[in-house]
Amino acid sequence: MKVLMAGRGKTLYFLCRNFTAKGYTVVIINRDREECVHLARQLSALVVCGDASDATILKEAGAMDADVVLAITPNDQDNLVICQLASIQFNVPRVLALANDPDNAEIFEKLGVSAFSTTHIVGSLIEQRASLEQIINLMPVGEGRVNVTEIILDADSPVSGKLLKDIILPKNALVAVVIRSNQPIVPRGDNDLLAGDRVVLITLPENHGAVLKAFTGERK
Amino acid sequence: MRNSLYIVIVGCGRLGSHLANQLSRVGHAIVVIDSNEETFNDLSPDFSGFRIVGDATQMAVLKQAKLKRADVFFATTHGDNVNLMVAQVARKLFNVPHVLARVFDPRREQIYDQLGVETICPTAVAAEMFLMAVASHRAAAGEVKS
Repeated sequence: MKVLMAGRGKTLYFLCRNFTAKGYTVVIINRDREECVHLARQLSALVVCGDASDATILKEAGAMDADVVLAITPNDQDNLVICQLASIQFNVPRVLALANDPDNAEIFEKLGVSAFSTTHIVGSLIEQRASLEQIINLMPVGEGRVNVTEIILDADSPVSGKLLKDIILPKNALVAVVIRSNQPIVPRGDNDLLAGDRVVLITLPENHGAVLKAFTGERK
Repeated sequence: MRNSLYIVIVGCGRLGSHLANQLSRVGHAIVVIDSNEETFNDLSPDFSGFRIVGDATQMAVLKQAKLKRADVFFATTHGDNVNLMVAQVARKLFNVPHVLARVFDPRREQIYDQLGVETICPTAVAAEMFLMAVASHRAAAGEVKS
């Protein structure tokens, strides 16, 4: 796999090191001559010095036969243009842009460029790891408009031992799956919940807190 | 077309401020956006439009400019990529009927034609005028000779 990466700094450096270790062919495009020299010395990647939103530089970096173009510069406008050039002019099959401003992730998608926001990702990781011990997985989907949350019920949970139909849930929330002793069940109203069950919830950001409270109770 | 248009201009440099002053003078409603407040000093004293200090690549700033209501949108910052991005956002997400972006690099102009963004390339325009001037000068000289 050939990966073209435009960007700078530590993220670029460590991503590149990671990819080359996996055996990918990596080409870096960076505007800063000094950083280019430094990167070329430290990494087994081809380093092209120049503006990646310039078609001649993309061509020089071998965009024609790249499988992926990754634009992770600190400027959203550059990331968008780099990806659009790569996909339209060089037919790169997969392009991915970093949206420094989280709002831009959605905008880039609407303009036809796959995008991600580190703010979203790190934010959800922090919620997942630091907020509640019972949450074992939290994944935003649909550009963050929906959360898929996996929690584990303990004996203190106010819903342990209750039937699903007796649990009052806020609007627009759903118990999607219950995993009991490694057996996934798509539950109906007459299924019960027990301590030790792993429950996968579908929530919206606006009711997420209330739904979690219904399943885990008030905790300090 | 209504007599008075609602026009949003991103970038208040020489071109942006010139356009803003002229269009405001003839009675259009103008909003200028620039991340550097000092650039607004280039607006003439009789400029009657609004000024917004902010980075137009941030959605919140464009929303503040009420882009949904705009009839015309100009992107005239010094960054080609900024202009191309905000022009696409104005055209495709806010459905502004007429969007124009200044793009210095003629090679970039072609690709954005494909994306439906109308661009003006000062480099290409100036080159064309230089060539025309040379051609007409030669033609005039040729006529004198023959």
